[in-house]
Amino acid sequence: MFDLLGTKLPSRLLLGTAQYPSPAILADAVEASGTSVVTVSLRREMAGGRAGEKFWSLIRALGTRILPNTAGCHSVKEAVTTAKMARDVFDTTWIKLEVIGNHDTLQPDVFGLVEAARILCEDGFSVFPYTTDDLVVAERLLEAGCKVLMPWCAPIGSALGPVNIMALRSMRGHFPGVPLIVDAGLGRPSHAATVMELGFDAVLLNTAVAKAADPVSMARAFGKAVEAGREAFSSGMLEPRDVAVPSTPTIGRAVFS
Amino acid sequence: MKLMVNGEAHEVAATTLAELLAALDYEGDWLATAVNSDLVHKANRAEFQLSDGDRIEILSPMQGG
Repeated sequence: MFDLLGTKLPSRLLLGTAQYPSPAILADAVEASGTSVVTVSLRREMAGGRAGEKFWSLIRALGTRILPNTAGCHSVKEAVTTAKMARDVFDTTWIKLEVIGNHDTLQPDVFGLVEAARILCEDGFSVFPYTTDDLVVAERLLEAGCKVLMPWCAPIGSALGPVNIMALRSMRGHFPGVPLIVDAGLGRPSHAATVMELGFDAVLLNTAVAKAADPVSMARAFGKAVEAGREAFSSGMLEPRDVAVPSTPTIGRAVFS
Repeated sequence: MKLMVNGEAHEVAATTLAELLAALDYEGDWLATAVNSDLVHKANRAEFQLSDGDRIEILSPMQGG
């Protein structure tokens, strides 16, 4: 079991709920992935509208833990107010904190992120900050009260996979006791397995599953990859070598000449 | 009283946030509200007095990554 801030979770995969072809496919993908945490957001409701109610009913029926986000927020004030509104609706102190700093790359505004994280941590939130792989920013977020960090491995929705393995490895090494969740940029199950093999505690993804030709099968594939990567990390992997080493014993080899 | 609700101008008779929600046919415990960029808790809507020019946001759960 994965202990995330005192909550025991059966899966190390956190899944987004956006961009699926239909609500039914979303529900099936969540089940196939084995995830126990899904991310959700808040958006304007139309007068007399029931869109929120339908979606909320669907999510509650999944029986997973909810991680609301502040997606789309570009200022500290927006993010803080959105987080408080999410707590009011979803009745959870967990918040995936996004403060976007660049429209093109959707790169986090790390200065605003630290400021918003401090405000929300002091207000009793468990802040899951969507951040970069910068170690100094990570330290500031921990000082602000965060107990978990969520570095990107590539821009949101890019499907590039881990573009800076060294930075991720360094982050894992610097913060051995902090839950680290790779959030954003994963495109394939092998990407998820790779970061899990590096020792990351979990991954959060959305687009790679939702926009796959078969989201349900892809969700299952990611679930397996995350599990495989974690088990590999826990099993002590062989380090790469520059020379060949025979795997079959050479002692007792027959001599025919 | 003139208000901005989810970015649209409204002329309403409602004086509290709860009355505004009812007048505009918003209902349900899945709604989140903010006035002038600050949260107004569900429990406080009935006594929250609106003022002319207030900006109200009414949000509900939506898909997210």
